[in-house]
Amino acid sequence: MGVELNAKSFNDALKILSIKYKIFAPVRLKGKGAFSDTDLVTYGEISSYKDIELSEKSRYSPKEVIYPITQTLFYFTEDEYKEPEIDDKGIVVFLRPCDANSYLKLDNIFLKNGPYEDNYYKRLRDKVKFFVIECTKGFSTCFCVSTGSNKFLDYDVFFRFDDDKITCDIKNEEFSYAFSGKEVEFSPEFIEKNEIDVKLPDIGKISQKVEYVFNHELWDEYTKRCIACGRCTVSCPTCSCFSMQDIFYKDNPKCGERRRVWASCMVDGFTDVAGGHSYRQKYGERMRFKVMHKIYDYKKTLQHNNVHWLRKV
Amino acid sequence: MTNVYMPRKAEIISIIPQTDIDYTFRLKSDILPQHGQFLQVSIPKIGEAPISISDYTDEYIELTIRKVGTVTDAIHELKPGDLLFIRGPYGHGFPVEDFKNKNVVIAAGGTGLAPVKSIINRYYRNPKEIKKLNILMGFKSPKDILFEDEIKKWKEKFDVLLTVDNGNETWTGNTGLITKFIPDLKIENPDDTIVIVVGPPMMMKFTCLEFLKRSIPEKNIWVSFERKMSCGIGKCGHCKINETYVCLEGPVFNYTKSKQLLD
Repeated sequence: MGVELNAKSFNDALKILSIKYKIFAPVRLKGKGAFSDTDLVTYGEISSYKDIELSEKSRYSPKEVIYPITQTLFYFTEDEYKEPEIDDKGIVVFLRPCDANSYLKLDNIFLKNGPYEDNYYKRLRDKVKFFVIECTKGFSTCFCVSTGSNKFLDYDVFFRFDDDKITCDIKNEEFSYAFSGKEVEFSPEFIEKNEIDVKLPDIGKISQKVEYVFNHELWDEYTKRCIACGRCTVSCPTCSCFSMQDIFYKDNPKCGERRRVWASCMVDGFTDVAGGHSYRQKYGERMRFKVMHKIYDYKKTLQHNNVHWLRKV
Repeated sequence: MTNVYMPRKAEIISIIPQTDIDYTFRLKSDILPQHGQFLQVSIPKIGEAPISISDYTDEYIELTIRKVGTVTDAIHELKPGDLLFIRGPYGHGFPVEDFKNKNVVIAAGGTGLAPVKSIINRYYRNPKEIKKLNILMGFKSPKDILFEDEIKKWKEKFDVLLTVDNGNETWTGNTGLITKFIPDLKIENPDDTIVIVVGPPMMMKFTCLEFLKRSIPEKNIWVSFERKMSCGIGKCGHCKINETYVCLEGPVFNYTKSKQLLD
């Protein structure tokens, strides 16, 4: 059973929710695109229906809601370390199934890889509620069906946006209070076929031919073409690498902070070690490392049961 | 919730210069690491770096640090009584329990001697733990030799071979790479011999190959990898090779594993 809303009742719900939650969704930032006179579609805080941008694929993912580009870990005063406070409010994210699934990938790195949970990630992640946007057509460059990330059932509220007619399925009763409207029959739908099919290799076959894959001429082509800008890893919702960075304040050099900032295996300096050694200097080697991490290493070590990140096509 | 990135203070008890650019910092600490584990060492407002533990007791740990970057430059400016900030120890060290009653060969190049010094001193204190210890050490030049006082001490109990790539007018010892001396090394029973190799990547690669030529089984060879760990706990991705996080599974690896780690 779903609830039917219109723009006004939807906005009323946002207003009610905003008392307890910060609400994020894809938004259009006028004139903020990479090129002149272009807009940037990215994730930002919203307060009304008209703020949500649904007509275009977002350039950046919602990962920065819980994993900021720059995140202060400590403030330093002399020899004291102080952990920053965070907002008491919860976090609601309107996002498509693919992006919701990508959060599960980040979860595996930050919460399950290694002996410890990443406390900075967890304290934001625990606040997140998934408001999933129905996506049945995708965009021309999407390939979520091939990766099995086209469905996400563990949502709090699911929305179908059809101009002024908005239908939602409230799975988490915690949110029932905010949405008032006519009860209607409603079953969430998911995309079943993209314009693009991506053929992912069988992990078992890769295991038998790792050296063949490593030395494939495909990577040489990337050595020639890739400029190692790291753009792909910045946009990717499942890329999670970071570097630690200390700074001091110019007006008070005795004080400063330790941050983590997004890093990229595609960019110079990522593998530098003391004394001048570095690894994967060719850009094609970096591309191979990144691709293998996504389609092979991850599956081998961190696969969870919710999403078939790799599947035989 | 435990903050896994929160370092703790460690007071510098003493600083022992080894060379012009390598100092050993002795820190007050009750950490009892595995041989070969590393710490994340930091100075607030400067930064954090992974440093292997070169020795320890139940009262202090030692870090032998080369001045090669922003963090290590700043560490070299510190004095006894100053504080360093540490997290860890992290990773897996050498499985010394498995080395008991074996012949052990340690081949170390340059600062690669630091992560294995505590093992050598363990055997110095308890020589009966193993059958025999051979130590091969290579440095670029006589002025780069680390732990000279301890090397003299080790020579009392173990077969020690010290070589430099390039000698000087006063150098009367061996010259040449470590690999030059492996063919003539006395190895009585390869199957009963454990080999530890630590040093620069090229040194480790060719030293391991020389030991394989001497019929040392791959499973008897252990190496330690140097990688840039930013977090040390399997999150940041900097140290990853294939599906292996060096900070979690390493930095010490058996050769059977390390030979599969392809960059």
